[in-house]
Amino acid sequence: MIAYIMCFVLFMVGLYGVITRRNLIKIAVSMSIMEISTFLFFALVGYIDGGVAPIVDPADPVKVYVDPLPQALVLTAIVIGLATTAMLMAIIIRLYHKYGTFDIREIKKLRG
Amino acid sequence: MKGMTIIVKKTTQLIAGMVFMYGIYVIVHGHLTPGGGFAGGVVIAGSLILVTLAYGGDFLKLVKEETRTTIVESFATILVIMIAVSGFLFGMKIFFNNFLPKGIVGHLVSAGVLPLYNIFVGIEVAASIFIIFLSLMIFKEESPK
Amino acid sequence: MDLTISIVTGFMVLGAIYAIHARDLLSSVIACAIVGYSLVICFLLLKAPDLAIVQIVVDTVTLIIMVAVVINSSREEPYTKFDTQGYITAITGILVIVILLYFFAVSSQTLDVLGKSSLRMAKYYIEGAAQKTGSANLVTGVVFDFRGYDTMGEAVVLVTAVLGVLTILRLKGKK
Repeated sequence: MIAYIMCFVLFMVGLYGVITRRNLIKIAVSMSIMEISTFLFFALVGYIDGGVAPIVDPADPVKVYVDPLPQALVLTAIVIGLATTAMLMAIIIRLYHKYGTFDIREIKKLRG
Repeated sequence: MKGMTIIVKKTTQLIAGMVFMYGIYVIVHGHLTPGGGFAGGVVIAGSLILVTLAYGGDFLKLVKEETRTTIVESFATILVIMIAVSGFLFGMKIFFNNFLPKGIVGHLVSAGVLPLYNIFVGIEVAASIFIIFLSLMIFKEESPK
Repeated sequence: MDLTISIVTGFMVLGAIYAIHARDLLSSVIACAIVGYSLVICFLLLKAPDLAIVQIVVDTVTLIIMVAVVINSSREEPYTKFDTQGYITAITGILVIVILLYFFAVSSQTLDVLGKSSLRMAKYYIEGAAQKTGSANLVTGVVFDFRGYDTMGEAVVLVTAVLGVLTILRLKGKK
């Protein structure tokens, strides 16, 4: 039970970073931290005590496997998280070359 | 952009080939050991990024590489969808039908269409990540300092 | 197992708190990558080797892209005083966090104890999966055969992200 609470605390730290930080790089880092906490939560839900990794060995059939369904969902989500972060970084580097700063309040004032 | 020193270039010549072969191993054995198309694709992209960073943009023509890689990625995506649709032609009329013979569990040639899926998804993921990296490098090279 | 995962997640929380409060931007980006690498340890403790391989290489590529953006810029976050907008933002953040904590406490009554999940849906995916799909790796069988639509959607999302990056970075504006 404590593992779920720590997972949620990590999500809260990331959310606090997105809301209160003024620097664009800090916002991108906080979004990445929020995604990491979600992956950990999914992997925690599918764990079974005494289970083994879900690879079938034909010579030695084991009866208890760890749940493979959340692992399949997280596998897709990790690669999509990479695509999102890459696109966010492309927008940030374009903004920096146009306005010269990473601060969102300065960029809001300039409006070029 | 300039490449790196000669120590980095010699180390890259020794290592990049082995990383590429490891990526192909992880893709092809996707139905027997942990790994699969996505992990192996990103490993292959890592080896291509290593070669690009060590030799620099003056030595490799980055814009031509990017054009060729976009063509490879489009072909791989079209082939993935065509394999999925070709399940209509054999057996039951459902999408994503696993129609080739399944074989014995644990052998390299088994599991129907799954190795083909792994290979083409791996090529597509490697091309995508390499394009993202190359676009960043070209942008940094062409922007006025 | 509960205690081990909690200790590693505690280190991740400390790393995350440093990442959002660091003065130097390069330190912040490296702390984000360290949080990602600690997730690999958690995946290996939870018996998920597929996820560990994918997370470690994806985190390395994310670190490379972030350092490429940060390395040639100003790299110092200037210390600014708290003005009224800063106070409003901080109070809004704390309010949102308190409300979400209440809803989490209510809904965590339905979660099973860690390690004894009831496997309601996975029974149909595990028994006979090696014969039905023919693959020894159950996660690959689920990803490509039982849930093939998700994989096709993910391939399309990757192509869309590449199109977006190419549009943003490679088109020149009007002179």
